[in-house]
Amino acid sequence: MSPSVRLQEMIRVIRSARTQGEERGVIQRECAAIRAQFRQADNGGRSHNLAKLLYVHMLGYPAHFGQMECVRLIASPRYNEKRVGYLGAMMLLDENQDASLLITNSIKNDLAHSSQYVQSLALCTLACMGSAEMCRDLAPEIDRLLRASSSYIKKKATLCAVHIVRKVPELGELFTPAARALLAEKNHGVLHGAVILITELCERNAQTLVQFREAVPELVHIMRGLVTSGYSPEHTVAGISDPFLQVRILRLLRILGRNNDTASDAMNDLLAQVATNTDSSKTAGSAVLYETVLTVMDIKSESGLRVLAVNILGRFLLNNDRNIRYISMTSLQKIVSTDHNAVQRHRGTIVDCLKDQDASVKRRALELSLALVSAINIRSMMKELLLFLSTCPPELKSHAASGIFNAAERYSPSQRWHIDTILHVLITAGADVRDETVPNLIQLITNASQLHCYTVHKLYRALVADISQQPLVQVACWCIGEYGDSLLQGDCEETEPIQVTEDDILDALETVLQSHMSSPATRGFALTATMKLTSPRQRGEGGRIRSIVSIYGSCMDVELQQRAVEYNALFKKYDHMRAAVLEKMPVMDRSSMGQTNGESGGGGVQELEPTKPKQPEMMVAPQPASQVGGGEGGGAVFLYIVYYGMVTMDPSVAPAAVTVYDKSGVVLKLSCERPLDASQTITLTATNTSDHDVSSLTLQAAVPKNVQLQMKAPSGDSLPARSSAVVTQTVLLNNPNKVGPGWAGTPG
Amino acid sequence: MHFLLLFSRQGRLRLQKWFTPTPEREKKKIIRDMTAMVLARKPKTCNFLHWMDLKVVYKRYASLFFCLAIDDQENELLALEILHRYVELLDKYFGNVCELDIIFNFEKAYFILDEFLIGGEVQETSKQTVARCIERLSSLRNSCRRLRL
Repeated sequence: MSPSVRLQEMIRVIRSARTQGEERGVIQRECAAIRAQFRQADNGGRSHNLAKLLYVHMLGYPAHFGQMECVRLIASPRYNEKRVGYLGAMMLLDENQDASLLITNSIKNDLAHSSQYVQSLALCTLACMGSAEMCRDLAPEIDRLLRASSSYIKKKATLCAVHIVRKVPELGELFTPAARALLAEKNHGVLHGAVILITELCERNAQTLVQFREAVPELVHIMRGLVTSGYSPEHTVAGISDPFLQVRILRLLRILGRNNDTASDAMNDLLAQVATNTDSSKTAGSAVLYETVLTVMDIKSESGLRVLAVNILGRFLLNNDRNIRYISMTSLQKIVSTDHNAVQRHRGTIVDCLKDQDASVKRRALELSLALVSAINIRSMMKELLLFLSTCPPELKSHAASGIFNAAERYSPSQRWHIDTILHVLITAGADVRDETVPNLIQLITNASQLHCYTVHKLYRALVADISQQPLVQVACWCIGEYGDSLLQGDCEETEPIQVTEDDILDALETVLQSHMSSPATRGFALTATMKLTSPRQRGEGGRIRSIVSIYGSCMDVELQQRAVEYNALFKKYDHMRAAVLEKMPVMDRSSMGQTNGESGGGGVQELEPTKPKQPEMMVAPQPASQVGGGEGGGAVFLYIVYYGMVTMDPSVAPAAVTVYDKSGVVLKLSCERPLDASQTITLTATNTSDHDVSSLTLQAAVPKNVQLQMKAPSGDSLPARSSAVVTQTVLLNNPNKVGPGWAGTPG
Repeated sequence: MHFLLLFSRQGRLRLQKWFTPTPEREKKKIIRDMTAMVLARKPKTCNFLHWMDLKVVYKRYASLFFCLAIDDQENELLALEILHRYVELLDKYFGNVCELDIIFNFEKAYFILDEFLIGGEVQETSKQTVARCIERLSSLRNSCRRLRL
């Protein structure tokens, strides 16, 4: 039986194994037999044993014990054994294996072999797995083979030289002269290899690049010959003469013409000729045209040629072949920043590609569409993009959503349109938007004060329809809390009127609070919004709200529990402060948004002087522990300072003094210094406008847990009458986490 | 070119050629990833994928998937032509090639590939020349075997 059948027999046996276990058994037996055979002396079947091992290796089983056998077979004088040995070397040995060094000598000998087939085996293996060491050793041999010998060997030697240059770039100098000479070859195989070698040399060495620029006319001549030549049975593929060689020459021309006017001029005509004469009905022609376009866009070509290139890409966009549409969009993406207007002309086709079946094409179309959005086409583009968002595959949703937000921010024609767009995105793809979307949207809404009524109506409708999209629900709750009064009013000029009662709103908020779909952050928003509805301007009725809030006083979530307890406290002990606390939030500025870790300062804030909305919000509730008696020795004035929220002060705003206590002629003022990072310096100034002195004045302060307090010594403890002197005390507050406390605190 | 893989519709590997040194474990991982990615593609989609920083060009011929990974600067459409040329060469040699031919004669498939590509580049652009070489080598192999050389 001929040995080769044994290999095929083994393959048949392995394939007929019914289970994985059975296959493993067969293979283990075979490997054992092969191992035994390897240990024996030469029995004429060595190559077949190695071939069997290579098959087993391809199935994924270990075959490292075959490495030495490869080395032995390569050294064999028999051609068939050498051949399998070299194949084994390419499959089992790579430069990381120690055994690979052992074949260097064999390769060296074989490179000088009398038979060109043996030489070719050695060349092929060296080019496949030659390590840097081996390359250094054998480079002179390769150089010799580049000059002498037949085309068969020359073309292989050239590609071997390419591998050597990639591994050991310094050896490039060795091959430069030979490479230059090879351009004169007529044989396409050798020429092709030569072009690749020159490309590698030019990419790695700037001087070589300059040197080879002189070869541009020669390359142009070769290329022209290819383009104008007629049919040749050897090289023609689908009407194109040797597309492989054409593409490589174009790529080399690209490298040579980059950033160089002379070289670019020399190839201008040729590129125009290729662009117009190449038939792109089949892939081969399209490949050549594609490479031409890439070259034109990369070199310093004249504008007519660039327009021609972009038009070719436009034509590709209309091609039936999906591959060609895909690569045209890839190329357009590369040039959209430099040739924006040219690409804009094809916007319609690109937008149509958004509806293509193929996910890769859709992705490319999305990126291009986002790059093409401008102030002029924003409305129509956004319509298309929003349509795309509702039908796009899930992996593209978040990219599309953030792209739409960016575009809307840069080019939105009106605030209402902007808000509408963001709402639309939240309704369609709410789960995939980034975290900053919620505070960004809230900031946008507060800034569009004339749209508050419209916004809250829309949000209420959306909330009632669907509470599963968390960002949408959070924004809706916040708005209802702030602008619920316009909702109750019922009519709004920009949208249909809707009759909403207080109970309806509370129903909606309660649904959010109780739904298992709501995240803790969302519940926090809803709770605060519920609380805000008790504010007098909202005409909120306390009873139902109070009962809703107090339920959460025993909630498992610590944040919600804290809020509920504090809100309850607002109802009980601090009812007189409730109105002030639940005032409308001031207009927020972008910089202040960024400082709060992407969370908005929700909840109630005492509205300070309207001209200075950016001061740190402070709640001061004067509660004298004992009355300050006129004329008597003083008592302690106990000031309960609640430091609320840390909205970082805008440094350009001058700190103002806030009067926090004004009773019986004693006036206490608080003024804040410019904040440094997380700390604030507050100066308390006490003046006495009454007719009597106040003595034993002490100030005590309490702050929430996450704020550190340091009180410096006061300047004195008695306040003389009639404002003749003041007492000052400095207090340092440090909020290391820059997060507001839980009291009607920051949401999320 | 970084690697060329041939695998069946069930994900069984039929040929692997690596043009860059890769550790054994990584090769296995790449093969797993490639087969998973390519087999998951729907029929009417384009033949190009992105994987890590490489472009993957694949084409299905009968029951075999031919998969080629190329650099960012290389021409994808030309890579499709390269795959097609290899299939044509296999077809010329085996005569109406099918997957079984490649399974039972895998070493010959490698020899044919080595006459067409070297070091990740095309060595001969003429289909006839490569086919002639392969024939010559095949007869050389047979005569060597007869003469025990």
